[in-house]
Amino acid sequence: MADQQEEIKKVSIIVSRGSLDGVYPGLILANGARMEGIEANLFFTFFGLDAIVDKRMDKLSIVTVGNAAMRLPWGQKMPTWLGTIPGMAAFATWMMKKEMEKLDVPPVREFLQMIKDSGGEIYACKLAMDMFHLKKEDLWEGVSEVLTVGEFYQKAAGGTVLFT
Amino acid sequence: MPVKEILGKMIEFDDDGHLKNLNEWNEEIAKELAKEEGIAELTDRHWLVINYMRQEYQKVGDAPSIRKLTKESGVDTKELYQLFPKGPAKKAAKIAGLPKPKGCI
Repeated sequence: MADQQEEIKKVSIIVSRGSLDGVYPGLILANGARMEGIEANLFFTFFGLDAIVDKRMDKLSIVTVGNAAMRLPWGQKMPTWLGTIPGMAAFATWMMKKEMEKLDVPPVREFLQMIKDSGGEIYACKLAMDMFHLKKEDLWEGVSEVLTVGEFYQKAAGGTVLFT
Repeated sequence: MPVKEILGKMIEFDDDGHLKNLNEWNEEIAKELAKEEGIAELTDRHWLVINYMRQEYQKVGDAPSIRKLTKESGVDTKELYQLFPKGPAKKAAKIAGLPKPKGCI
């Protein structure tokens, strides 16, 4: 049947970016892990913290400038100047959210709740919190703990670490 | 694991260990498949999920996503993971006699 290789039993996924496209891959990987019965930890650091800051998590957006792979809805590459037009980022964000919804990918808050309910753990990085002057009260209620890097490695022990 | 004997009948499976022929499925076979997955007894809540999945499969041709399942079946995420520990989507599909779900969500 399946291969003889040892199965992955635990993943710890680091989310370091705060754009919608920076956050989703980590959430999809964590949820997918739980669906397969794999233990999952999410560790939000640097700008990735925005995904678990209660007041910001519903407002994550797409960056239309400096993204070489950005394309227009009909497949043509988006010229750099077009990305700078006011409203373009909002439009791209709206488009991606619409496409995600079609694929049944939930909005960030609902997705995190889903991961949490499935037994996944959600952590915030202490150093990044200090840097951005954030307190535990600023975070989404589902966040389990604020961790130092050392504590993160303890939680990740024996598993695979993914950086996104 | 192509052929296995269940309740005195030779049943064919695909390479993922899911039932090959949907029509061979019945509730008795589901109970046996559940035991293989470590679920000793299928409760009403299990059946709610299994029947919903089969319904969706017949309609759409794929097992539903967990999000859709929890929204429409009345079984929430926490309970779903309790009912089918270690991989609800795949396990429930297996017991329901459906192929491995194709989606990522």
